Amino acid sequence: MPDQSEGPTLSMPVSDRRDHIQGPPAAAVTLVEYGDYQCPYCREAYFMLAKLLPKLGDNVRLVFRNFPLTQMHPNAEHAAEAAEAAAAQGRFWEMHDMLYERQENLEDDALLTYAADDGLDADRFESEFSQRKYTDRVREDFQSGIRSGVNGTPTFFINGHRLDGPLDLESLTEAVTIAMGSHREAKSAKHHRPHA
Amino acid sequence: MKTRRSNNHPKSSPRIASGEHAASGPLQPGTAAPNFELNSTPDQKVDLIHFRGRPVILVFYPADWSPVCGDQLALYNEILAEFNKHAAQLIGISVDGSWCHTAYAQSRKLHFPLLADFEPKGAVARTYGVYDIVTGECQRALFVIDREGIIRWSYVSPTGVNPGADGILRALESLDKKKELTHA
Repeated sequence: MPDQSEGPTLSMPVSDRRDHIQGPPAAAVTLVEYGDYQCPYCREAYFMLAKLLPKLGDNVRLVFRNFPLTQMHPNAEHAAEAAEAAAAQGRFWEMHDMLYERQENLEDDALLTYAADDGLDADRFESEFSQRKYTDRVREDFQSGIRSGVNGTPTFFINGHRLDGPLDLESLTEAVTIAMGSHREAKSAKHHRPHA
Repeated sequence: MKTRRSNNHPKSSPRIASGEHAASGPLQPGTAAPNFELNSTPDQKVDLIHFRGRPVILVFYPADWSPVCGDQLALYNEILAEFNKHAAQLIGISVDGSWCHTAYAQSRKLHFPLLADFEPKGAVARTYGVYDIVTGECQRALFVIDREGIIRWSYVSPTGVNPGADGILRALESLDKKKELTHA
């Protein structure tokens, strides 16, 4: 029977090929966010990360995965698909940022306007968006979130472990700093390990 | 949407005083699930035995409208299709009355029944060992009951922590595996 004695961990490992990643592959800390573009708390987290990440430089990389709560947020799934359609044109993070900054309107026609504002190939975007080309991709993210113990949005995983407790700039900074420390210790222990 | 980080619940879940049924904690796997009949709306009742032949997920939660409960039920509402794959019936239970449940379910567009453990207050939660005598509410507890009415998994989460759905899904998968083996 299931064991929940230990905290939930990421069930789908971060993949350079599949995931949307901001930051260097060798970063000490990988922060995975499961988010919903229509969620006000995710929007707060977006602005929080915008403050936090530049301070941490190459120590941290951010991964964003979709977790649209469609019953509560009617535009969230289409917004996620729009971001994936932008990703297909190499502009994921630009669209991701725009969606949070313009969260007040995520209707379909607004999404098409945002794509044009972002300088995307409008015909290709519209065609892929209207054919719902990225529905499966978004659902795959969602499924992996459920399996990893995502319990609302946003949910963060720091080096694979779900972050519980308060989510404010101070707490997130502390959690990331601790993870950076653990990484340093592990690296240094490996470096100094005596030869057998 | 999530607010689990701000535990707005007035009191943390106490360790139950001795002498109370809940002192024994949640009913454990292997126990027959006690039957009950509770109102889902002011004029409709739900009888647990009605679901015999299908797995049942019982979700006891402290209160309609409280932030963590809202997130937890919204998450389950979002993945009803996953539960349906196992033919499982999801049922929420709290001590709120059926009028309150009706308003809450409409407001959150919930597509599963919320049962009122209202009179005598918390009687079903007590039977399942998950009534919090200090707050007068249900604990945040999950039970997965198999097709024959036997509890196969139970879990009590700290009141301020949303337990997510992965534990439920693993329990349902385990039931399906057992069923396959039995029929093999």
